[in-house]
Amino acid sequence: MEHLIDIVLLGLLMITGFAIVRMRSLLAVAMLTSIYSLLSASLFVVLDAVDVALTEAAIGAGISTILILATVALTSDEEKAPRHTPLLPLVVVIATGAALIYGTLDMPHYGDPTAPVHRHVAPTYLHDTPGEIGVPNVVTSVLASYRGYDTLGEVTVIFTAGIGVLALLGYRTRRRNSQGPGNRKLVVLRVIAKLFFPLILLFALYVLFHGDYGPGGGFQAGVIFATGFILYALAFGLGNAQRIIPHQLLRIMAAVGVLIYAAVGIESMLLGGKFLEYRVLADDPVTGQHLGIMLIELGVGITVVAVMLIIYYGFVSRLHSGDM
Amino acid sequence: MMDLVLDVLSWVCLLGGAIFLLIGAIGVLRFPDFYTRLHAVSICDTLGAGLVLVGLMLQGGLSLVTVKLLLIFYFMIFTGPTAVHALAEAALQSKLKPLVDDREP
Amino acid sequence: MFTTVSIVILIAIAVGLVRAFRGPTLYDRVLAANMIGTLTVLMVAVLGFMTGRPEFLDIALVYVLISFVSTIAVLRVVALRTGSTGAGKK
Repeated sequence: MEHLIDIVLLGLLMITGFAIVRMRSLLAVAMLTSIYSLLSASLFVVLDAVDVALTEAAIGAGISTILILATVALTSDEEKAPRHTPLLPLVVVIATGAALIYGTLDMPHYGDPTAPVHRHVAPTYLHDTPGEIGVPNVVTSVLASYRGYDTLGEVTVIFTAGIGVLALLGYRTRRRNSQGPGNRKLVVLRVIAKLFFPLILLFALYVLFHGDYGPGGGFQAGVIFATGFILYALAFGLGNAQRIIPHQLLRIMAAVGVLIYAAVGIESMLLGGKFLEYRVLADDPVTGQHLGIMLIELGVGITVVAVMLIIYYGFVSRLHSGDM
Repeated sequence: MMDLVLDVLSWVCLLGGAIFLLIGAIGVLRFPDFYTRLHAVSICDTLGAGLVLVGLMLQGGLSLVTVKLLLIFYFMIFTGPTAVHALAEAALQSKLKPLVDDREP
Repeated sequence: MFTTVSIVILIAIAVGLVRAFRGPTLYDRVLAANMIGTLTVLMVAVLGFMTGRPEFLDIALVYVLISFVSTIAVLRVVALRTGSTGAGKK
């Protein structure tokens, strides 16, 4: 019976993708992209991948849609008509697609337990996590501990993206307290935003520190935290949001996050282990692992919050009215 | 016995909620004008969501799961009408005319 | 029985998608997107109960907040575009 839900969701995804390509109004395309992310997150839920679904929900349906909308607000609302015939690209796409599908015929079946990817390190991680690391969420243990070096690279990539946006867009400081068009009209939104802002931040902290036991972790928590600030900025204007969390602070925060992560690695080297070997951080190896995972998730969360808000500030500060 | 009563009650709530959601969706499809569609969605969606969540809460019993469902319900009650209000406000501000019935009585 | 509820919610999502594609004005599409967001929250909650994994409720909580913020973002961009004049947008 679950196959039926799978098939229906995939069908809806295909229809939405087709509609995204065919529509001309870019605002509608942004909304459809958000629907696409929601549908694929439901698909992940059906496939039992809880962490991935949470990440897709937080990033795809939230931040990504908001940034696409900010871009559309800065540029035009309608897609320009294409000036070349799509015949040659169509042929190239069909040829490449056919070659790729032909290549997948040799792959093992989906979910086959004798496939190489399931025989190599996956059983080791599943087997050793309760004893060595002691957290129930194996995804977190693999991401933060066994493959911690990869995650350091990911955080650095996010930090680099923030630097890239800063270099390209910068930030125009707005001296005036922009209140937005028609204060009276925004009363309901402002009350609700004030009510939900602390709840969203608290929920982000919950996702961050509960990532050991349920779905969550640094990336998702950072994105949810940034979404809270974006809600505040939408309701009260960029000037007021800038007063709460100034741009200078964001730049420092972005660097501090990566610094915390690398500092944990260097600290473990100073204590006698290898780089990012958490078990030397405390007397008991399992406590050391817990401490290490908590610290690096904190670092990841801080960097993600700062970079998301840097990108948002960078886009929105370029709008003529100064806020969105 | 109590278990059976709770089970039946939760199935009734779940199915009722799902039917209301479907009615709301059909309303969005068939109503003639944007403001009427807005009306259909906001009312039926919130009611259907409430019923579905109550049904799930009865399934969950007294545990953390019920607390989380209560939180979802609380968030939905606040954010649903606010989003719809903001939508109506934006449509009015851009002078989208509602469909009025000005035939002679 | 959970499966029945999730199938009904999926049908409602499909109907909402029709409105999202057809809707003559932009506001119809935003309305449909908001509705699909709420329906997805409920479907995720029901799916969580169906597969016996209550962790999915965290995902539902995140969706509720995120879909609200993104609806508000769309409306602010549209308000920016139309200002105080202009007919209903496509």
